[in-house]
Amino acid sequence: MSGPSGQQEYDVIVVGSGAGGGMSALILSIAGLKVLMLEAGRHYDPVTETPMFNLPKEAPLRGASTPDKPFGFYDATIDGGWQVPGEPYTQASRDPQQRFDWWRARMLGGRTNHWGRISLRNGEYDFKPYSRDGLGLDWPINYADLAPYYDKTEMLIGVYGETGHGLENTPDSPEGILQPAPKPRAYELLAKKSCDELNIPVIPAHLAILSQRQDHTRLPAKLFPNSALGQKVVADSMQSRAACFWATPCGRGCSIKANFQSTTVLIPPALATGNLTIITDAMVREVTLNKAGKADGVIYIDKNSRQEVKVKGRAVVVAASAAETARIFLNSRSPLFPDGIANSSGLVGKYLMDTVGAGVSGQIPALENLPPMNEDGASGMHLYQPWWLYKQQKAGKLNFARGYHIEMSGGRGMPGAGAFGGLQSFTEGAYGADFKQACRRYYGTFVHFAGRGEMIPNENSYAELDPTVVDQWGIPVLKFHWQWSEHEINQAAHMQKTFADIITGMGGKVTSNIETDGRKAIASGGSIIHEVGGTIMGADRRKSVLNQHCQAWDVPNLFVADGAPFASNADKNPTLTILALAWRTSDYIVEQFKQRNI
Amino acid sequence: MAHDKQTQITNVKRRDALKLLATAAVAMPVMSMASHAAAVTAKTKGAELIYRPTDPDMLKPIVPWSMTLTQAELDDLAVLADIIIPADAQSPSAASLGAQHFINEWVSAPYPQQKADLVLVRGGLVWLNAEAKKRFDKAFAKLSTDQQKQICDDICFEPKAAAHLKHGARFFAKVRDLTATAFYTTEPGMADIGYIGNKPMPSFDGPSDEVLRKLKLKS
Repeated sequence: MSGPSGQQEYDVIVVGSGAGGGMSALILSIAGLKVLMLEAGRHYDPVTETPMFNLPKEAPLRGASTPDKPFGFYDATIDGGWQVPGEPYTQASRDPQQRFDWWRARMLGGRTNHWGRISLRNGEYDFKPYSRDGLGLDWPINYADLAPYYDKTEMLIGVYGETGHGLENTPDSPEGILQPAPKPRAYELLAKKSCDELNIPVIPAHLAILSQRQDHTRLPAKLFPNSALGQKVVADSMQSRAACFWATPCGRGCSIKANFQSTTVLIPPALATGNLTIITDAMVREVTLNKAGKADGVIYIDKNSRQEVKVKGRAVVVAASAAETARIFLNSRSPLFPDGIANSSGLVGKYLMDTVGAGVSGQIPALENLPPMNEDGASGMHLYQPWWLYKQQKAGKLNFARGYHIEMSGGRGMPGAGAFGGLQSFTEGAYGADFKQACRRYYGTFVHFAGRGEMIPNENSYAELDPTVVDQWGIPVLKFHWQWSEHEINQAAHMQKTFADIITGMGGKVTSNIETDGRKAIASGGSIIHEVGGTIMGADRRKSVLNQHCQAWDVPNLFVADGAPFASNADKNPTLTILALAWRTSDYIVEQFKQRNI
Repeated sequence: MAHDKQTQITNVKRRDALKLLATAAVAMPVMSMASHAAAVTAKTKGAELIYRPTDPDMLKPIVPWSMTLTQAELDDLAVLADIIIPADAQSPSAASLGAQHFINEWVSAPYPQQKADLVLVRGGLVWLNAEAKKRFDKAFAKLSTDQQKQICDDICFEPKAAAHLKHGARFFAKVRDLTATAFYTTEPGMADIGYIGNKPMPSFDGPSDEVLRKLKLKS
């Protein structure tokens, strides 16, 4: 195989291969554009590399989390984590409350390989938060703009869930789009009973997992009504996917393609168009600019030769992950843009956001000594609790402005490293026959409730280039600044109390500390891995980097397709919105090519 | 497969991630977990190991570090593991499933947590034998079951352990945790507690009526 000649000009260069890059590559290549995808990590194929069914005992340390594999040995992430060897970043402060820990996954498909598959739509409020309560920023689009793309994305990738709940700011998908939700597990039903008493809604979760095979005869025509090529490649892709067989954790990846990964659902059909070229181990440093002030390509470091390579494109889509996208922009300096490409607003790197996270664990006596039952299910949650206190918030009864949803876990999962490590306090240190008996009794009785809440963008949470540090590819690295506001801290404290109430309502005992000070409960910046912002979209070019099409205000053939355009970070997990927004942006790019604006 | 298309340019071959010098292959300090019960602390001569732990072969895992504990330490850990998880009618003992070798693998790992545990476990074993000698004038492994129990009872629960035995209790808690991990991640351990998943199912049917009734979710 040969490397790129450097001579060919592509229509579009897509930087990144995750949710945003994968979706962009698929839509652009179906439209007939010649696309080059650059990925900083290695090639990866879940079909041949996923350790399905492999037992903990076959893995080092029984699969325990290590600095090399933070989510455990079998986690799909390759060359990734909060630290990547040879690719440092720095912190502006030593204060633990002001840290931002940056997750990266250097592999084809990026974080879509290991993510939680939770696929919640942003609601109407989530696009106009500033207009509602005067905090944060509005998006330049509203729910109606993105709704058709949510519909199409859910049909394309396959999302299970249930519609018709009519809950505030929790959009229902139209009929006929979602896959059937799996039945709840025992502990989820017990939690629902407790939540019913507390007036907390509990509904089927939306996860990007096929609970049945996709209708490859009907869906492709709905998704690509005007493209025979699109229908063919997507129909073939859908036919290659199996339905979930309710075993093995999604986080390992899925060799039967039942769950959504860019590497199983987006990249194969994009390659099948014949219009996509992928170069892996290509660490992009900068977007280059021609004399007319337009982007004309990118420069990347080939990780194997350690040499820089320039490739040319008529348009550039950056989808490298929010902070990495901002880093590439900041490193793309030219006489026209001495502070980084498309940075006339000075806002590149600004308004970095993560999700507010806090959790509480409990033990539920009612679940003791149940008969054996298989609770593997979809590996993720079958039920969840969307945010429910909109009216109280509007009436000023809460000391934080935005909501959170609840993700619960528990049940009779496969024992892994750390199994029964918490039993000491339940048994006053049992060992011997008593310990064995206690394990039988307590197995499957532990539950955990995790809050995932909205962070309001603020002036003190941002990334800039570190003036003195470069990575092993010679590229200047990011320095992070981070600050929670009272809204996030108070929200984390509210989570603690709520989860304790739910556990108590289940007749259970709280087994973790309940913090009344949210500072002690809140997960540190970056740890929830919902990094968004950094090149935000907006209606005013002085106050945003991108317009409503995720097109750089300053450079009309430069686009962003990951989480970096987000002007807010609703409690809804970002991946589904990244996918829908990337599709919408890609449609706009195709239109610009047709109109010869690019 | 679409990935085989000419249009895809991939520079690193998957198997290049693990390069082992041919001469080293037989003498490497690398064990497959399958042969773990026969663990040895082999020394390696002239072996060059190029292994990227951030990109291991997940389908053929290896433990790429050498083992630290001595045979005497392993013997003592085996005794302790069987005190913590003895055989009964339902399942075998922890040591018979190789818990002591797993503990060796754990404390030998090159990570901060495991390095700290190495100190805790090794120091704990020296202390345990000294305590046994002080009380009964014999090494721990040579004590009667009742004598061993007297010591374990004093260190099995740190909050209630005497001040001068707190560190012993921390050691015991660590060995209990590691023994539990070793035991319950094996098939016999999983069967013991009734884990019946990790197999493909045609459907997910949710809890049975029997379970729903026990939980008072159905009358």
